[in-house]
Amino acid sequence: MVPQDLLYTESHEWVKVEDGTARVGITDYAQKKLGDVVYVELPDVGKKVKRGDVVVTVESVKAAESVYAPLSGEVAEVNRELISSPGIINQDPYGKGWLIVIKLEDRGELEGLLDPAAYGKLVGE
Amino acid sequence: MGTIYHRGKRGRRATSWPETVRPPEELLAYIPEEARRKGLPWLPEVSQVELVRHYTALSRMNYGVDTGFYPLGSCTMKYNPKLHEELARHPGFADLHPLFPEEAVQGILELLWRLGALLKGIAGMPGITLQPAAGAHGELTGMLLIKRYFEARGELERRKVILLPDSAHGTNPASAAMAGFKVVPIPSNEHGTVDLRALEERLSEEVAGIMLTVPNTLGIFERDILRITEMVHEVGGLCYFDGANLNAFLGRARPGDMGADIFHFNLHKTFSTPHGGGGPGAGPLAVSEPLLPYLPVPRIVKEGDRFRLAYDLPESIGRVHPFFGNVLVMMKALAYILTLGDEGLREVSAGAVLAANYLRVRLRDVYAVPYDGLCKHEFVASTANLGVKARDVAKRLIDYGFHPPTVYFPLIVEEALMVEPTETEPLETLDAFVEAMRRIAAEARENPALLAEAPHKAPVRRLDEVKAAREPVLRENPPVSPG
Repeated sequence: MVPQDLLYTESHEWVKVEDGTARVGITDYAQKKLGDVVYVELPDVGKKVKRGDVVVTVESVKAAESVYAPLSGEVAEVNRELISSPGIINQDPYGKGWLIVIKLEDRGELEGLLDPAAYGKLVGE
Repeated sequence: MGTIYHRGKRGRRATSWPETVRPPEELLAYIPEEARRKGLPWLPEVSQVELVRHYTALSRMNYGVDTGFYPLGSCTMKYNPKLHEELARHPGFADLHPLFPEEAVQGILELLWRLGALLKGIAGMPGITLQPAAGAHGELTGMLLIKRYFEARGELERRKVILLPDSAHGTNPASAAMAGFKVVPIPSNEHGTVDLRALEERLSEEVAGIMLTVPNTLGIFERDILRITEMVHEVGGLCYFDGANLNAFLGRARPGDMGADIFHFNLHKTFSTPHGGGGPGAGPLAVSEPLLPYLPVPRIVKEGDRFRLAYDLPESIGRVHPFFGNVLVMMKALAYILTLGDEGLREVSAGAVLAANYLRVRLRDVYAVPYDGLCKHEFVASTANLGVKARDVAKRLIDYGFHPPTVYFPLIVEEALMVEPTETEPLETLDAFVEAMRRIAAEARENPALLAEAPHKAPVRRLDEVKAAREPVLRENPPVSPG
């Protein structure tokens, strides 16, 4: 079941808009496809990103996958807990497994994201 | 079994050592206080019989091309002829020192020059460097050549992008990124090849080049290859071909004729030199006319009947390897080419393609083959139709005495098994592999737990890969601390 309070990308990131920032993670579908996550490479806080840039790398036993910035802006926070416990992404992808918080540059970009219904359809739920 | 450190007893020796000429205390005076150890080093202390038994036991747990079938896709694990090992150990090669003067090493310089000439012929391209140590090193060298080419033309500022199909070898994007390029993926079409419309959309004057694996990692030849290289050349970009899959068309087609500007060979795949733990490898690079000035140094130059190493080439990207690359590996590859000759090399690719298609056709009614059709030297099957994981089938294959195929690659196929049999296997081996794969498929339906817990007959059971990756133990600790 796709959470109804989030927005999504076609590359399986979720976005939670909180005032002028957006919390970003990967979806349950993405963590299942990846399998057990063993390593996460996070960006530095303060890094400027453009929508579509590779911002995080998530590695499982099977593969290393890029996480793309769903929105442009500045990295305001990163989830340091993932460095020692990357498995949190598998256990709680929409909660404790969040990756980064982006300080938004252009709220207009939110228009380009998928709503829960559209994302649910994409992953066949 | 434990490591060698867990055998033996303090003071036990496998060999006897001569007394030192001077007493150790006296020698110690030459070592400054701060450089001296505080305690004894932790070294194994075993008798000769323990030493021999330990390593013999290890060798018997090992699995290699000399023990059995090794269909590891895109790795071309063909048989390594033993004659080549003997040749490489010939004192005329093995006793050479890289600092010998040129006049003293004319023989090996000539052989390296001849190998270069033969590889240029196989690639259909005018330039060669033998230096890169393996495929990915060849890729990086190729990316540095592309950089230098655009630097010389004053275009480096804007040529930032390397295009890559989504079926590419994982090392390709890594090499491009390491050289400072931005990687832009191109999706595959329904045939598993480059989608021309998607390529068109991504082409611009920002494109420095494209990296293609030919045939691609699905074992499918890019039927639009001439159009692809033409399109990239039209915007001023260069075409890099990853030659890991050369076994598919060796002696039958030439990358130069397909529009390649750079092509890397894997001598340790196509040209039968040992691979993996038995390496080292070698990844020579052939290049097109415009890239000749930038090739690494030293370069072997023929002047009359003399050979010279040229270093003073200011346009070159410089050195990429100490001395001259992995020279003895090159000697093995040269022996392979000369032994087989033109006709023999053509038989290699024919045999490799035949074996892969044989396995594909005999397995496709049991395992899904998502991009089915005539393949080249390898094909990609999937276990998704059986409802089991590719990993579990791979582990179960170990019980049947086979090395598993490559799993979970390429990424565009779910639960992928990438199978490359090579040309050196007898039909009976291929049949035995088919039989094992078919029995495993039956087990997957009747008793999936058997697969999930495999291997049952290997020296170790299922390893916890997740724990190993999350909490790697990179250092062995002494069973008792040394004195």
